[in-house]
Parts: sequence; C-alpha cells; structure tokens
Amino acid sequence: MRKLIYTVRQSLRISVQNIITNKMRSFLTMLGIIIGVAAVIGLITLVQNATSSILGQFSELGAGTLSVSAPGTAMKQGLTDADLKTLMAVPGVKGVSPQVSGSTAAVYDFKVYDNVSVTGRNELYFAYNDVVESGRALNASDMSGNINVCLIDQDFRTNILKGTEAVGKTVRLNGAEYLIVGVQKQDNSLFSAYSDRSNLDGSVIIPYKNALTMSWNKNVTSLDIYVEDGASNADVEENLRETLDKIYNNTEGAYQIFNLDSLMDTMNTVSSMLSTMLGGIAGIALVVGGIGIMNMMLVSVSERTKEIGLRKALGAEPARIQTQFLLEAVILSIIGGLIGVLFGCLIALIGARLMDTPFAVSPSAIALGLGFSAAVGIIFGWAPARRASRLNPIDALRAE
Amino acid sequence: MKRFGKMRPSGTTSAAEPYTPGEDEILHMAHIVKDYRIGEETFRALDDVTLTVKRGEFLAVLGPSGSGKTTLMNIIGCLDVPTSGDYYLSGKPVRGQREAQLAQIRNKEIGFIFQSFYLLQKQTAYENVELPLIYANMPEKQRRERVEDMLEKVGLGDKMKNFPNQLSGGQQQRVAIARAIATNPTILLADEPTGALDQKTGAQVMELFHALNNEGRTIIMITHDAKIASHASRIVRILDGKLSEGKLEDA
Repeated sequence: MRKLIYTVRQSLRISVQNIITNKMRSFLTMLGIIIGVAAVIGLITLVQNATSSILGQFSELGAGTLSVSAPGTAMKQGLTDADLKTLMAVPGVKGVSPQVSGSTAAVYDFKVYDNVSVTGRNELYFAYNDVVESGRALNASDMSGNINVCLIDQDFRTNILKGTEAVGKTVRLNGAEYLIVGVQKQDNSLFSAYSDRSNLDGSVIIPYKNALTMSWNKNVTSLDIYVEDGASNADVEENLRETLDKIYNNTEGAYQIFNLDSLMDTMNTVSSMLSTMLGGIAGIALVVGGIGIMNMMLVSVSERTKEIGLRKALGAEPARIQTQFLLEAVILSIIGGLIGVLFGCLIALIGARLMDTPFAVSPSAIALGLGFSAAVGIIFGWAPARRASRLNPIDALRAE
Repeated sequence: MKRFGKMRPSGTTSAAEPYTPGEDEILHMAHIVKDYRIGEETFRALDDVTLTVKRGEFLAVLGPSGSGKTTLMNIIGCLDVPTSGDYYLSGKPVRGQREAQLAQIRNKEIGFIFQSFYLLQKQTAYENVELPLIYANMPEKQRRERVEDMLEKVGLGDKMKNFPNQLSGGQQQRVAIARAIATNPTILLADEPTGALDQKTGAQVMELFHALNNEGRTIIMITHDAKIASHASRIVRILDGKLSEGKLEDA
C-alpha cells in the first residue's frame, strides 16, 4: 500500500514536471482528450436541456389531454351536441372541449381588420387551461345562451385597440356586435413561437356555437378531451375509440386521436438516441485523444530509456516501472479531462443562453467525461508502460 | 531447482564439487562464460572467469575497452546473467531468477556507481539518494534519517535540496556514492568512477572510496586506468574475456 501511495505521488510529480517542461507537447497531447470530454459533456447537456425544456412545454400544454380530429363521414360530418355528451360519459373523461377555428373580419372604431382569427371554445377549455390575463373567462351561461362575448389576445389589443383598455368595449365580428369580457395571456409556448402569425391582426375566442354559426358548420370536427387525474391517456384513448367507432359505424378515417403522451414518449426516445449518437461521436474524439496520449507516452519512454535503466539498476521491479508510466498516462488524461469538463460546461452554458433554456450540467455527464478520460489513459497508457517495464536494464543504461 | 535445461552437462569438473562459501567470501564466480550472438557469429565476452572476493576487499578490475570488463560488471551487478558457470552472491546462487527478483537482489546487494553519475536531473540530491530506499520499501521516517546520514557522510549535508545541475561533477559523483551506499549493499560496484572527473576531484572520490573501504565496505572498481586501479588493495586484469590475478606493482 505504501509502495502504491509512493508510486502515485512520485508519478504525479514526475508527470506534472513533464507536462510543465513540455508545455506545448503536453497541451497538444491533451487536446484530443479535452475536445472529447468537452464534446461529451457539452452535447449531452445541450440535448438533455433542450429535451427537458420541450417536454416541459408539452406537459404544460397537454398533460392529460387528448386531441380528437373528427371530420366524420359523408353521411355524418363532425360530432353533434349529443355525440359530445356521449364522449363526456366515456370512462376516464373529465371534460370535452370543442375547438372551432376560422377567421373573419373585425370592425372597430370605423376601421375594418380583415385577418382576425376566431376560435370557438366552451367553458371547460378555460377550466383546464390558465389563459385569462384580465377580465373573465367564458362561462356556462355564455354557452347556453349563445351570448356574443369574446376574449381577445395581446395582438388584438395592440393592433386593433391600439393598446387601450379592452374589457367592456365592443367589436363587430362577422357583422355581429361582441362584448370584450377578457384578455388572454401572451402565448409563450414553443408551438406559438413557431406558428406564423405575422399576417394576423389578432385573434379572439368566442363561445363555440357562435363560431359554428359564423363558419356555416353544424357540427364540431376538432376537440380536446381532458383525462381524469390518475387515468392513463392510453386507456382513455382506447375507450374513446370504442365510442367513436360506434358513432361512425366503424368507418375508416372518420376520426383521429392525437395522444400527447405518446408524442412525449417518442420525444424521449429520440432524445436518448440523439444523446447516445452524440456521445458516440464524442467517444471517437476520445479514442483519437487516447492515441495522442499513447504517442506521447511512447516518446516519453524512449526519451527516458536511461532513467528507466537506472531505476531498474537501483532495484525497481518491472511492475513498479509499469505502474509509474501507467499512472503518468492516467494523470495526463485526467488533467485533460478536467480541462475538458470546464470547456464542456462553458459550451453547455453558451448553448443554454442561445437556446434560452435553463443551464444545468448533470453530474453524471461530468462523471462520464472524467471516467472516460481515465479509462482512455489506462487503455492507451498500457502499451507504452508495458514497453518501459520490459526494457533490458543494460540496454536501457547504455541508451543515449 | 526446476530448471533442468540450465544444468551443467555432466563431465564438467566443477559440477562435481558443490560450492560452499567460505566465511568471508561474499562473491564467488566459477567458470563464468558469457556468449553474445551477433547474427550467425557467437562472440565470447567472458571466457571461463573464476573470481572470489572477500568481505572488506577493495578490488580493481583493470582492462582496456573491449576486454569484457563491462560484461563482467553487468554480471556481478546482476544486470545480466551468464551463459554458463556459477555465480554466488552473499553465499546464495544467482541463477534462473526472473527480472523482478534480480531487481530486488540489485537493490539489496549492489550499490552502483557509474562513470557519468546517472542522477535523475529533475530530482534533488535528497530525492536521488532516496530512490533505492523507496524501492527497498523503507518507511518514510527511517528513510529521511538514512538519506541525511548518507549525504552528511559524503560531505553534502548542505546541498540536499540542490538539483544535479546546481552541483559540480565531483559533488554529483558524491551524491551518486551516497545513493550507492544508502541501502548498505554487500558490494559497491563502481564503473570508471573517476572517468568523467578531473584529476583533483577524481582523487577526492578515491579518498572517499578509501574511507568507505576502511569502514569495512567491499568495493569492486572497474577501470582501464592503471593509476586509478592502484588505489585498490587487489587488482585483477581482464583481457579478451580472460581474467588473471595481477600484481600491485604492475599497475
């Protein structure tokens, strides 16, 4: 044990000395390891952070939500009110919220705005989504009475109301007077960020039946299903399929169900695949770095042949020489690994800033990076160390 | 003895009478032959060398370059093994050992002193002397005492923290001597110890050798220089791999 501690300490000092005396060479040698480890940590962290941020958006948007698109059949288009009631009764369903989308012209303050997006919703949409910034949400009596009320979004307020107080004002939508009862929050989700709304003057939410009338549709073709807490999305999806098959007499293509949970599963799979792949690429850099270490150690062994001979003459057994050189390789690799960890964290930090995701380096990535670099040191230090230990002391002493 | 292959063919005279070391005999060589193969040719570097060294002797092996004296030194120092013949060191046969065991024998029995000192340049005088003690697994505290003692003994108690390039040639050789005697080896084996020194510092090193010899240490010195050899109490000559007892006055 003492022998080992001494050898470790001695090797530490010798390798630090060697690194200092051969700064440039050592740096170039370690560069491979530095790049490899930095890549492992940087890339893995980036992928993990991006994935968790995307998954966060998903779950904000769709935890416990199924989306149903039901164009229906030629005989029966969309879903009637009675169908919606039937779906509401499906086991595991907490709520059904129709979505009727369209666009219309709005008139406010004697000006016409052609591109206003109109979405019809029911009161349950507001119960399960936190979208109201000020004013009130649409309620059940708005629905049952087909009252002309609406919630406007931030674009509507900026572009049409010119930033003035919204609640209480009236706006003419598709020829009918609508009372603004509330304002929606800014939609910061990933999806809204990528949808092009530049040509929209604004959007409004109105009771869904009003929207159906406005768009000359009788039935609902798109809806969100809210799943009861504790029920599994997959089970509820199965129950919905049974009911919808009955409604549409098992007609192919009459409806589609989007399960965000399975989408999230897919996302997770893709992200772990991506991590593995990037890790593999970084692993190649580590192997290249290892070859650099091996080269440096071979040079070091032949440069220090005489020293090895002397150590042997003074009584160093082959195993001790081997341990010394192996440790030097490992120390070199670990120093490279540590620098690589720093650079990797830097990459992750810059990436997090650029992609606007929270910065977090997982300790497992750091452990992986350091572990890998130590392993590289052992694997690629082995052959040079073995060569050193096998040198014939006479030849070694005579070497110039 | 499992190594049947290494056994002497029957009929050779010395196999008949097994060697029992005398009280004072710390080194005994009998009919040592060392052959080197160079391509197809076999070159005999040592030819039937027989040599006995007693405790406390100061022996010089005198011979020109190419005479086989380096080969002899390598075999005495257990850096190499003979092709045939018996070699007893401290009464124990050196034969069939693996490199790890030979390393331990060298550490315990032999103190090497080289012509060009062979100090580790990036380590201090102290650390250089400490090296063989580390390989002997001596505990740290004991080691420090020993290193300090040895450096005091060669008159470099004040240069312990100096690196070799901060020392003169004579001082470097004295560090090397301190290193050689640190493990209290059976034999001090010096190869042209003054070869790299001027006359004055060479003479100082020889004085140190005499002092060490007077302490009872056994010294074997290999040299081509008859003047240096004359410091020894006994001289053997080596020429073309053959050893002959020389006389002091020949030197």
